[in-house]
Formats: sequence, structure tokens, C-alpha cells
Amino acid sequence: MPLKLLVTAKRVEDPESRIQVKPDGTGIVTEGVNYKLNPFDEIAVEEALRLEEQHGGEVVVVSIGGARAVTELRAALAMGADRGIHVRHDGPLDPVVVSALLAKVFEQEKPDLAILGKQSIDDDQNQAGQYLAERLGLGQATFASKHDSLESEAEQKRLPGLAVSADGTRVTVVREVDGGVETLEVRLPAVVTTDLRLNKPRFASLPGIMKAKKKEIREIPAASLGVDLTPKVAVRKLAAPPARKGGVKVADVDELVRKLRDEAKAV
Amino acid sequence: MKIQTPAPADLFQVEDRLSDEERLVRRAVSRFVDERFLPVVQRHFRAGTFPLELVPEMGALGIFGMTLQGYGCAGASAIAYGAAMQELERGDSALRSFASVQGALCMYPIHAYGSEAQRARFLPAMARGEIVGCFGLTEPDFGSDPGGLRTRAVRDGDAYVLDGAKAWITNGSLADVALVWAKVDGDDARAIRGFLVETGTPGFTARNVEGKLSLRASITSELHLDGVRVPAESVLPGTEGLGLRAPLSCLSKARYGIAWGAVGAAIACFESARAYARERIQFGRPIASFQLVQEKLVDVWEGIVKGQLLALRLGELEGQGGATAAQISMAKRANVRMARDAARTCREILGAAGIVDDHPPMRHMANLESVYTYEGTHDVHTLALGRAATGIDAFT
Repeated sequence: MPLKLLVTAKRVEDPESRIQVKPDGTGIVTEGVNYKLNPFDEIAVEEALRLEEQHGGEVVVVSIGGARAVTELRAALAMGADRGIHVRHDGPLDPVVVSALLAKVFEQEKPDLAILGKQSIDDDQNQAGQYLAERLGLGQATFASKHDSLESEAEQKRLPGLAVSADGTRVTVVREVDGGVETLEVRLPAVVTTDLRLNKPRFASLPGIMKAKKKEIREIPAASLGVDLTPKVAVRKLAAPPARKGGVKVADVDELVRKLRDEAKAV
Repeated sequence: MKIQTPAPADLFQVEDRLSDEERLVRRAVSRFVDERFLPVVQRHFRAGTFPLELVPEMGALGIFGMTLQGYGCAGASAIAYGAAMQELERGDSALRSFASVQGALCMYPIHAYGSEAQRARFLPAMARGEIVGCFGLTEPDFGSDPGGLRTRAVRDGDAYVLDGAKAWITNGSLADVALVWAKVDGDDARAIRGFLVETGTPGFTARNVEGKLSLRASITSELHLDGVRVPAESVLPGTEGLGLRAPLSCLSKARYGIAWGAVGAAIACFESARAYARERIQFGRPIASFQLVQEKLVDVWEGIVKGQLLALRLGELEGQGGATAAQISMAKRANVRMARDAARTCREILGAAGIVDDHPPMRHMANLESVYTYEGTHDVHTLALGRAATGIDAFT
């Protein structure tokens, strides 16, 4: 059964850029900062593409944000996604608003499965996927992972970690939990969020990048979706973490254990 | 001592001048270099081998012939191509050289001067990396003076018979097809034409250059053509009557890529030296706190930033209908000299550690000696620019 897959593609600060907090603590300095597709979303896109390769269907990527969010949609289209939806919103967002907007897009698109990164690496909230499932009254499987390692043969063959049943009614998800993994079967449509060990995303090929230029990106003004766009969370102040003290080099395992026991009191 | 996060190497935010596609191309190639190439470069540099297993991956990525239209090529912009070359050479000049030879020196002329049958047969397979090409212009006795080349192609019925030798040919012994420049009917440079010679043809041999101290992760060969009989349709029809202009047009495309690539090599050296200087403690403090080390780092950094800006503007010109030979000469000359100096200065900052191949500067320093000399030596570019500056030709 062909699958329709809705995947998120959020624009986030590239952690390799120099991130500095503004002196007044209201945000970060954006000059000279590079942006990229949220790595957890990149894994979600990869998983959707593998499911599409296995089952056929369509991969639709969605991003919420200002004009530049299109860049990250293009990155996902360059990997192979079929079309994009840009929910245009220039103000602040929180997971409550994001999940409400995604729920509207979900209702319009009616996918079999929504795949989201479990969190975005800018503010690491890890809530949008859970809220989305709850708003839609759907099953959810968060922190999707798989038994095979990222060096395994299955990974080399780009097999999906999510197992969708042949009749397209259920998905089996291996998820990371404290102390191990858990396997869930969820009825479709459903919401899945991806963890780091689900897959190794592909390189976007250059022809893929050029083709992405011609793929459709539909812009939807956030205000047109009938959602309360007022965030419930307000950022009062940002501060850089205290500078780390330099580490020490230990000569051998014995010294390490001694230091952990006597100085750090960790063992 | 207060140690802050340092500024990015790209101080003038050249990245902001790239289009979305160009940025994606740069990042895709950057990730390929970091994840696939850098883990193996030390081994290949030591062994004097090229990581051939990466060629299909580079093909799948779309690096080969990426500016060409159609035939399975990406049709990317000149700046995207430049940015990709910068990332490849941040890995090693050998990797960028492979891509330059395959794309600029082999696929470009097949696209520009080849027949429809030649394009259809070679370009898609070369884009995928299934067919590897090499470019035979330089001869043992004709380097900076290619017009004097002695390789001959004599028509014999429905075939040409080629005799001669080519020297310093990147990928010579790896290649499936060699683009050999030979003279047909006459001694004049106007008689030069390009021939696509399959390397399995009887009479064709390639012998690797041993004992290289530079570009060790690249294969460099001598080609010998001893009565090599190729079908008449092996000639690139568009090269007829162009003389040296045809091979020089290929070299222009490759030199354009080198102008960008050299910046990548310099960035690799700078990042290595900067990281080392911030960690290496002498006299109780990081050597990056010493004024002499800071001056060295700043000189290297300034060179990189200027080189990036030069490459970017060259890219704009190339994209708007083609940079001139003088513009390409100046960018190649300036950026390769900058990178060569930068590599040496960075090696100094690394001290004794810098002479070991755990750190990239000395590897780049050795590589850049070749880059300084190939694709038009530094001195020949100086004379080309001298002619442009004065209107007087110092060659003749």
C-alpha cells in the first residue's frame, strides 16, 4: 500500500557556528550564524524516504517559520522529498503553537504517518510530536530507533527501521527507553518521533539539489489556519553557561578510578 | 586567562553570498569529505594510493561534471562548482585533482567539442564515476610550451594511428579513457586535435611516476602511445581548427576550480594550526596567546579571507558568461601562492608535531608544490598577467 508521509523540517542554528547570547539576554546574536536542517528532522526525512522506497507513496515536508525556512525545505526536497509546505509565521513559536499548526496541516493533508524529529536542537523541548498526536487523537511512538546498528548490513541497504504492515494499517516501532528498547505497534494514522540511532541520513546529491529547485513549495500563512498563535511559553532571559574549567589528563585507568572516587566522589 | 570561542574562518560571510542551492552543494561535499575522505587520507597519502572506492560515491553525489547540462550532470552554477572544489581540496589536493581531471579536463571537452554519440556514450557513465578519464596534453619535452607537442595522429583508412608520449598525467593508469591531444597533418599548433583513446587499446601503456613527495594520494602516470589504432570517430570533432584553444579552454575550467580549491587547503591548515595553538601549552600558557603566533595566524586568516572573496567574485564573473583568462590566471596564481605560504606558516605553528602526518598542514604544503606548478605554472601565469598589465608579450 502506498504511504503518504508528512515530515517536519525545522530551520535551526548550526551548532558549529559561534553562538553568542545578546548582551541584554533577549536572544542570540544572529549575525554570522549559519543555519541547517534540524538533525533529528533530517533522520525523519531519511526514514520517510526509505518507507517511500519500500511502499511507494509521497513524502511531504513541512516547515513553520519566516521566509528563510524555505532553505531547509529545499534541503529536505534535495534529499528526495516530493513537495513542501511552508507555514509562514514570523513571530515566536512554542511547541503548543507548533503542534496546533501541524495538526491543521495534518488535517488538510491526511497522511498515513507523521514523522517528526523527537526534538529540535535549538531549544531541545521534545514536545511537539507528543502534543500533535494528542490533538489529533492518534497513537504515538516517540524516540524511534532500531535493533540494527548504524554499521549493520540493513543500514547499508537503507532499509527503514519503522515496519509498516503490508496492508498499511499498522506500524511497528522500536523505541529507546531508559535501560533498553521497547517495541510498540501503533494503528495508522499515527505520529512517530525519531531518535538518533534510527538511521544515517543520506547525502543530498547535486542533481537532487538542482531538482529540488523545481519542486513545489506551498506557502500557507499561519494566521489563515485558525489557530491561536500566542505562545504559552515566554523566554525571559538567555544566559551563556558558565565557562568550563580545563580538564586534566590521567596517566592510566587506576589514576582515573582514584580521581573519580576520591576527588569527584562519583564512584 | 580568558579564552573565548574564536571567530569562524569565513570572517566576511562569503557563505551568505551563496544561493540556497550553492550552500546545499557546499555542505553535501563538505560532509562527504569529513565522513568519507578524511578518515582514509593519511593511509592513502602514506601508501601513495588514491581511494578508488570513493569514486562511485562521488559519482552518486554528482560531483563529476557538475556544471554541465544534461547527460546525467547536475547543471550547477559556477559558484556551486567552486564551493565544491574548495571542500574537496580542504580534504586533499589529490581529491580535488581527481574531480578536476574527470570533470573539467575530460567531461567538459566531450560536452563542448564531442559528437552527440560521444556525449551519450561517455558523459552519463563518467558522471556516475563508472568511466574514469585522464587528460593527455603535457609531454616529457613540452610542459609550459604545449604548442610544440610531438604526439602524432595519422589517418589510415577509417582509423587514426597515434604515436607519442605524455607526461605527468593525473589518473593515467586508473583511466578507462584518455583524452589525448595530438597533431594531425602538420607541425603547427593549429594541427592539434583531441582524441578519445580507450586505455585498453593495443599499444597504449601507462606507467606510474614513483617517488613523488607531493600529491601522494593521487596517481600520476606517463602515457606511451605506440601505434595506437583508434576508429576515426574517436576524434573530438569540435576541436578541429581550434589548435591550442581547445585544450586551453579545458585548463581554464580546471584552473577556475583550483582558485577555489586552494582556499580549501588553506582553511584546513588554518583550522589545524589554530586548534593546536589554543591547546598547546608552553611557558604555562597556550601558544596562541603569544604575539608571534597570533601574527602568523592572522596573516594566514587574512590570506584565506581575501582568497575567498577573490574566488567568489571570479565565480560571479564565470557565471555571467565566463571569466577571462587573465581573471582566472590571477585568481589561480594568487590563491595557490597564498595557500602554499599558509601551509608552511601553519606547519611552523605546529612545531615538531607539524612534521608528522597526524596533522594536515605539511601534507597540504607538499601537495601545493604540485598545484603551484601544474595547470599553468605560477611563472607562466605571471607572464600571462604581465602581458595583460603591459600589453607586451614577454614570451616572444
